[in-house]
Amino acid sequence: MDLFLQTLVSGLLKGGLYAVIGIGMTLIMGVMGIINLAHGQMMMVSMYITYSLFAYAGVDPYVSLLVSVPAIFTLGLFIQQRLLNPLLRAETILPENQVLMTVGVGMVLTEIMRFIFTSDYKSVRTSYSSSTFFVGNISFSVPLTIDFLIAILMTAALFLFLIKTDLGRSVRATAQDKEAAVLMGVDSERITYITFGIGSALVAAAGTLLIPVFYLYPDIGGPFTRKAFVICILGGLGSAVGAIFGGVTLGLAEAFGATYAGMEFEDIIGLVIFLLVLLFLPGGFKRITKV
Amino acid sequence: MLKVDGVDVFYGDMQVLWEVSLTVGDAEIVALLGSNGAGKSTTIKTVSGLLKPQAGQIEFDGVRLDQIPANRIIHNGIAHVPEGRRLFTEMTVEENLIMGSLRPEAKRARTETMGWVYDLFPRLRERRKQPAGTLSGGEQQMAAIGRGLMAKPKLLLLDEPSLGLSPLLAMEIFRIVKVINDAGVAVLLVEQNVKRSLAICHRAYVLENGRMTLSGTGAELSANEKVKEAYLGI
Ligand SMILES: Nc1ncnc2c1ncn2[C@@H]1O[C@H](COP(=O)(O)OP(=O)(O)O)[C@@H](O)[C@H]1O
Ligand SMILES: [Mg+2]
Repeated sequence: MDLFLQTLVSGLLKGGLYAVIGIGMTLIMGVMGIINLAHGQMMMVSMYITYSLFAYAGVDPYVSLLVSVPAIFTLGLFIQQRLLNPLLRAETILPENQVLMTVGVGMVLTEIMRFIFTSDYKSVRTSYSSSTFFVGNISFSVPLTIDFLIAILMTAALFLFLIKTDLGRSVRATAQDKEAAVLMGVDSERITYITFGIGSALVAAAGTLLIPVFYLYPDIGGPFTRKAFVICILGGLGSAVGAIFGGVTLGLAEAFGATYAGMEFEDIIGLVIFLLVLLFLPGGFKRITKV
Repeated sequence: MLKVDGVDVFYGDMQVLWEVSLTVGDAEIVALLGSNGAGKSTTIKTVSGLLKPQAGQIEFDGVRLDQIPANRIIHNGIAHVPEGRRLFTEMTVEENLIMGSLRPEAKRARTETMGWVYDLFPRLRERRKQPAGTLSGGEQQMAAIGRGLMAKPKLLLLDEPSLGLSPLLAMEIFRIVKVINDAGVAVLLVEQNVKRSLAICHRAYVLENGRMTLSGTGAELSANEKVKEAYLGI
């Protein structure tokens, strides 16, 4: 029973961060209609920013959120405005080619980081990296618990933005009917790069939060892009609420897979769920939650 | 107020409008009539900037609309209620109305205008917390018109507002058009329901295969032999 509860707790804590990563990708998917295949790589860059601040200036990872999040937000703005939107103006190029551009962006980011930091594994070991506290017999990792709380705060802030502000409503309206949004006076191009910025900022925050408990190397982006994609499929493309369920489901599935089937199954679990959802619940959790 | 002058419009290489001209004066109801595929929607999409003319020009209160991007048109006081409603179906009725009032002048008066829209369409007030996609066809049309009015427009472009509605609901929509116009809003009304449109409009134009073929007051066109034969079935 304790093992079960322990697994449940680790899965949930991890799931909170996965939700943030997934929401970032699904927002971009909803508004631009493309999969951002550089999503995990944006996170990787954020992790290197956090690592550098820690290794060279002794900045605590939680403090470095104040640097990494705005930096990756700006990088996201730039990518959408300067690299992706121009592709839409060229009539001979299919919109799908934006996806290929994101693949290229991801590769460039990975190689730049490899050039600067080499392929060596890096880690940020803070005083609290491996500290835990207990509730009954169940241990809670201190950093992952704090991460989980921050993830909830960020998600709540994002939903407030999307529901309560004109800009947030314009983001949702553009995702639902771009032409109608333009008729309402929405500058849909501006919305695309703000959305890309926000999606990138979310995954950047997740990266910075993960680094005290994770290793870092340039190729870490790819696996996280894949996880984000699985979460989006689980949640239903473009659904932020669905992505929360998708993230938590993936976190739990990985935790239970690792505990009961063995560590080596952790990554396969995600893909198995992915296939099961495509087969039995096409459309994902959005089919159930409706938003 | 609105002056469309000799406009040619293409979809890719295919020309669909030839030298189309029309005007709408202050607080006028002008009907734009014609059969399916004549180019009525294309004409008003060109006014609202979704399509750009290859020749001719469009002027509204001294501003060249054909030279500004589509999302700036509403800032000049023109609201376009598109064919097929095009509501934000996953947003509530109230959120849809809010989306209509993004421009600063409209945003300042948001609560007040919303009250007026709810008075015009009491059904919308009842349904304000419901996702727009769950409304009936008639309610959706009301929400779409309401969303357009939220911009506090000087000119409302209505594309086939009675399409797909029961005769009773269609009559209600025509009545509302009158009420909106009495409040001082000019209306460019695209309709298939020629008889009702001619009855409420001040002036009308007939578009055939992308060319303006007739124009006149509602009474003149109602009496026109060609209109009677082709559109009124008399
Ligand atoms: N997006 C489009 N691409 C190509 N042709 C179009 C498009 N929309 C309309 N058309 C064509 O333009 C002509 C005018 O269409 P439209 O303005 O929608 O007519 P109406 O509103 O009077 O029914 C029709 O022949 C139609 O087939
Ligand atoms: Mg039409």
